[in-house]
Amino acid sequence: MLRLKNLTKRYPTGDLALDNVSIEIPTGQVLALIGPSGAGKSTLIRCINRLVEPSSGSVHLNDQNLCLLGKHSLRSARRHIGMIFQEYALVERLSVMENVLSGRLGYVGFWRSLLRKFPQKDINAAFDLLGRVGLEDMAYKRADALSGGQRQRVGIARALIQDPELLLVDEPTASLDPRTSRQIMRIISDLCQERDLTAVINIHDVPLAKLFAQRIVGLKQGQIVYDGNPDGLTSEVLTQIYGEEDWSATGDHIDSQNLRGI
Amino acid sequence: MGTVMGSDRQWHHRPLKLKLLLWFCWLLGLGIFITCWNKISEKTMWFFVTDAPSQAKDLATRMVPPRWDYLDNLWLPIWDTFNIATLGTLIAFFIAVPVAFCAARNTTPNTFLVRPIALFIIASSRSINSLIWALMLVTIIGPGILAGIIAIGLRSIGFIAKLLYEAIEEIEPVQVEAITATGASGGQVLSFGIFPQVLPALAGISVYRWDINIRESTILGLVGAGGIGLQLEASISTLAWTQVSIILLVILITVILSEWVSARVRYSII
Amino acid sequence: MNTSSPADRHWHREPFISKPVLRWGFWSALLIYLALAIGSMDINWSRVMEGIPRGMNFIISFFPPDFTSRSDAILDGILESLWMTVTSTVVGILISIPVGIGAARNLSVLPVYYICRGIIALSRTFPEIILAIFFVKLFGFGPFAGFVTLSIATVGFYGKLLAEDIEDIDKAQAEAIRSTGCSWLQWLNYAIQPQVTPRAIGLAAYRFDINFRESAVVGIVGGGGIGATLLTAFDRYEFESAAAILLIIIFIVMAVEYSSGWLRKWVQ
Repeated sequence: MLRLKNLTKRYPTGDLALDNVSIEIPTGQVLALIGPSGAGKSTLIRCINRLVEPSSGSVHLNDQNLCLLGKHSLRSARRHIGMIFQEYALVERLSVMENVLSGRLGYVGFWRSLLRKFPQKDINAAFDLLGRVGLEDMAYKRADALSGGQRQRVGIARALIQDPELLLVDEPTASLDPRTSRQIMRIISDLCQERDLTAVINIHDVPLAKLFAQRIVGLKQGQIVYDGNPDGLTSEVLTQIYGEEDWSATGDHIDSQNLRGI
Repeated sequence: MGTVMGSDRQWHHRPLKLKLLLWFCWLLGLGIFITCWNKISEKTMWFFVTDAPSQAKDLATRMVPPRWDYLDNLWLPIWDTFNIATLGTLIAFFIAVPVAFCAARNTTPNTFLVRPIALFIIASSRSINSLIWALMLVTIIGPGILAGIIAIGLRSIGFIAKLLYEAIEEIEPVQVEAITATGASGGQVLSFGIFPQVLPALAGISVYRWDINIRESTILGLVGAGGIGLQLEASISTLAWTQVSIILLVILITVILSEWVSARVRYSII
Repeated sequence: MNTSSPADRHWHREPFISKPVLRWGFWSALLIYLALAIGSMDINWSRVMEGIPRGMNFIISFFPPDFTSRSDAILDGILESLWMTVTSTVVGILISIPVGIGAARNLSVLPVYYICRGIIALSRTFPEIILAIFFVKLFGFGPFAGFVTLSIATVGFYGKLLAEDIEDIDKAQAEAIRSTGCSWLQWLNYAIQPQVTPRAIGLAAYRFDINFRESAVVGIVGGGGIGATLLTAFDRYEFESAAAILLIIIFIVMAVEYSSGWLRKWVQ
């Protein structure tokens, strides 16, 4: 259970990125955050694991208020929150395996991580996850030798090896082609289902969001303007979130057409 | 983890061979360092080194207060220092530009003869510090500001030419192609296709080198090549430490000023 | 081509400095400056003329240079220079790594940042040779003074560039590692180090090169190394030996430069 209460973020420049946002997400729910660029989606996600410090409000993950944690306990809380990034954010000069194992950093000591002597159970888990995302043979490759879709799979493996309770996903498909985007979203939603993971997915692509999320929250200028079923995203709602545009072409019929091709 | 189970998969950060090689390199490096350190240590009078703090304290007390009235004797040397740097940079500029075009792979008139010669000019100019160039020139043409100007010029040729020829090699070939496609001659391609692309780089490099040259020309006087270094040398050899401190202060201000000017100019070019 | 008709339009090239006042001001200021500078120079032309045959002698003495008659002194000097170069590069870089990390705004807290920036600024203020003069006063003649000088110069150079490199890293990668809940040291090791290592090694090779060239200079004021041998050779007008020393310096610098290019490729 993730509970955001009156979350507000004002940057030092004066921009109000989040304005009194409250959401309650039950365990196992996959929630998609949609909204125009600059609506505060990225900030919202980063306020949850405090990569960005919220100005006020609270974030409760299973009855623990993350906003009150000190440096050390914040670190142990972050271990249980996996994060998948836009543009993958792999450490390019490390191998695929090192990138995946870096998800275990919160669990192993400094010297072990320095010498790359991870526990055997972590290495097994890493190989299993790489197999799960279809990259078992790539373990020794350097991350910058992979294609975009492959990199994002490594990113998924890195987030999941943390053994998270909550998955934060920031624009996972922003730089991928339509087919790879769907594959990536499918892997993420399948894994969430298998592991009963709560996920907050921040996504530009409305059809993809409707396809893979159980619940949709629309953000506009830091405020929630829609919160409900994917089916409730009518043209009027989309206009309210994104502004005036002809929305008829984003309907379900397009989705079902495209889906059959994949 | 106790035993390794059948289903366990091994993963090694680096293959064993590479790991051994790296260890070997580290050991070799350590060995070299220790050898070098021992050699230095053999040639060092450790008594002087341990005595250094009290020496430093003694020196510091003798350097304050700076002899402010000595400042009047420094205006002319400062002017000389400025001239050495500026005129030296100017000379180097005019020689370095053709050398750079001869050294750049895409503009050199001849790869087998001209390019190696240009590269050798650059390498020898860069390898030798301006103080050593000055030392040489003072022996040959006698002490004075001229030796300083030429020394700065000779040292700067390599610097400007190297950075410039790297800039020339990085220009956009498409623009050059476009000019060549109009049927332009070699000289026309140079002036329309290449020169406009490297002009900002050239200006930036020259100003940057001028700034370094101000710093270097403050010390050329140590070997007799003019500028404020002459006063520094004279004051140190007569143990006039209050004069030394005022000279150091002046050098410090000059260096900071020139760095500021050069940063401003380069900023406005880019 | 017809002659100027009312329909003809004129075009001329846009000058480099666009404002005419500024442009003319710039050129006339340059001219006045040149006149003043050259006018104020006090040059002993007869001494310069006298030097021309001597200069010719010096150039001739490069063909061939004399490596043998002072070979002991040359070898001693070169080796001493190399020892100083190796030790000062290693020690200087070992000191600059923590200083550079502390001076990177995205890694350190404000007080540490200012302290480290201060250390860097301090070690960059004076030319190496002035530092060398003082360290020779403090530590006595010999390579130790040169070693200390070059180490300090290395800290200023390497610390500054390392800090700039760290500030230039890809933020997304750093953020991704931080989100796993790692400690600061682990973050350094997994997110920062892989990104800066190639540049850092290239810079180390470059600084090694600079230190060798500078080691030839500190000898002039008694800081050990080949500079002292060179100074003696010039003082005694032994141009053949001087030529030999200069050629050796050029050769070593070129060798270092060549191998550092190779090293950079290998690290990539």
